[in-house]
Amino acid sequence: MTITTQSTGQPSVEVRDLVLKFGELTVLKNLNLDVYEGEFLVLLGSSGCGKSTLLNCIAGLLDVSGGQIFIKGNNVTWAEPSERGIGMVFQSYALYPQMTVEGNMSFGLKNQKLPKDEIAQRVARAAEILQIEPLMKRKPSALSGGQRQRVAIGRALVRDVDVFLFDEPLSNLDAKLRADLRVELKQLHQQLENTMIYVTHDQVEAMTLADRIAIMKDGLIQQLASPEEIYNRPANLYVADFIGSPSMNLIKGKLSGDTFDADGFAVSVAGYDFSRQPSSNEVWFGIRPEHVELGEGSGPHFEVTAEVVEPLGSDTLVMTRLGGERFWLRMDGQSRVTSGDKLTIGLPVHAVSLFDGRDETRL
Amino acid sequence: MATGKPIRLFRNLSSKIAAIPMILTVLFVFVGGTAWTVTYSFTSSKLLPKTKFVGLRQYERLWETERWLVSIENLMIYGLCSMVLSLLIGFILAALLDQKIRFENTFRSIMLYPFALSFIVTGLVWQWLLNPDFGIQKIINGLGFTSFEFNPLYNSDIVIYGVLIAGLWQGSGLVMVLMLAGLRGIDQDIWKASRVDGIPAWKTYLFIIIPMMRPVFITTLVLIASGIVKLYDLIVAQTGGGPGIASEVPAKYVYDYMFQGQNLGQGFAASTMMLLAVLIVIIPWAYLEFGGKKRG
Repeated sequence: MTITTQSTGQPSVEVRDLVLKFGELTVLKNLNLDVYEGEFLVLLGSSGCGKSTLLNCIAGLLDVSGGQIFIKGNNVTWAEPSERGIGMVFQSYALYPQMTVEGNMSFGLKNQKLPKDEIAQRVARAAEILQIEPLMKRKPSALSGGQRQRVAIGRALVRDVDVFLFDEPLSNLDAKLRADLRVELKQLHQQLENTMIYVTHDQVEAMTLADRIAIMKDGLIQQLASPEEIYNRPANLYVADFIGSPSMNLIKGKLSGDTFDADGFAVSVAGYDFSRQPSSNEVWFGIRPEHVELGEGSGPHFEVTAEVVEPLGSDTLVMTRLGGERFWLRMDGQSRVTSGDKLTIGLPVHAVSLFDGRDETRL
Repeated sequence: MATGKPIRLFRNLSSKIAAIPMILTVLFVFVGGTAWTVTYSFTSSKLLPKTKFVGLRQYERLWETERWLVSIENLMIYGLCSMVLSLLIGFILAALLDQKIRFENTFRSIMLYPFALSFIVTGLVWQWLLNPDFGIQKIINGLGFTSFEFNPLYNSDIVIYGVLIAGLWQGSGLVMVLMLAGLRGIDQDIWKASRVDGIPAWKTYLFIIIPMMRPVFITTLVLIASGIVKLYDLIVAQTGGGPGIASEVPAKYVYDYMFQGQNLGQGFAASTMMLLAVLIVIIPWAYLEFGGKKRG
């Protein structure tokens, strides 16, 4: 995969000990982040976690309270946004409403006093890449949401910069269009090979687009890793719960020797790859609904009762109860299960995540 | 048909009943009053209205009267300057207040305060302030600048500018508040986008923000314009039309002829001219704004 080469590549954007305060409130707390050349990094988190704030700091739209920001090795902590070599795309598109598409894309360049043919050339190239040539003479009010966002991307593209910043660019679009534009963004990244930093609260966007995902909460990065790593080996309870829909089944219990024990439910975790010893015998046991095996597999197995069945077409979600907690299973969409049915399930140890009961980090 | 459609007239009956008083007011007071005034402007009515028609005589007399011509000239100067300057001052104040400054509410209240005063009070205050014996001129002379002279209200060449100062002082606060509301309605992402594009703030205002504020500007223009046409009480309180007839305005001309000169016909002719002037401005504008093709 490309991830390994990227993690050893040149850092394109470096954030060092970044602090941002709004009055008494500290939004970003000594945050460090390296984004590598050509990497697609997604900042993911629920609202209020500081992800958009971090992006605005990198863009220079917010004055930082402490720390430094480097882009391409230059310290840009106090540089104007236009001098940082970034292009930015906003959730609300932020197009200039009384200018045509062409005017929107060229206004910034005209202001830089670039030669006319250079401007025309750059605008034409961006229009070609984004396939918006037929729209060039229209005003934003005559465009659909998806077209507007393409123009907004075009406006960033003509700036001919190394780093693109996206602030929830697809959030205002309907589901179908969002999926289409997501694919186009991924193709655009493969074509341009620029560094892209992308803020979203949508985990599907994050998983599909990212080379690496940074999951943020309370102004701190909880985990920074590839989508596979984040999905398979979440660094803490928050990440485990945040990623996946439905999220990971989590049961609190006690670990004695190799046996995890919760309310009326005991399972052996022999063979679990501990990264460290738990601080006490209190641990969280986690397994994703799609990793639960049906039927009597190789490992330990249990009998559960289906309480709620949610057929989604492609697969079927079944809510059962295990260790006193709600326990979700993801089954084949063709399986005919009704509530009240007894099911036999297996919990393969290689798919299990254990978290420390005290600091909630991965064991 | 027995069960036929409900009669259209009785649909939403309660709201139609509620609208009747206003409809009657508009028909009888506004439309009826206007028609009556226009009709009697063609008569030789003096103290009481009478139907002795004299054709355009009243209008001929009106346009031969020096006082009316001075009134028109004053209104043009006052109107043009007041329109341009109050928009300019109001917008600049609003743009300054929009910089996330401290004590914004305090400043806003201070700027809006003059608007809470009536034109009569404003006129009196500025009559005193501009009085050479105990106003601004006196204070600055007292500071040692004995040659300083600022005495517009007693100079018939510039007296209308003295009135303009008072008018601006009173009206700019309202324009500022309207502009500020307009500026607050602009999506903050627009500002961010223009900063990333490296467009200087003044250019962003001029080419992006102000065109986006078009509806606010139209509202403000209508408010300022209506204030200009009915300019009367400020003149009465500040100068009484003087010195001589140097600061007369059309509304005062109308009032004086109708209720003091006991010459209704002349007053009606003058007020019809005012109506005509307003229509000449409004009709082409309304045609441009509402006529033609519908805008998205």
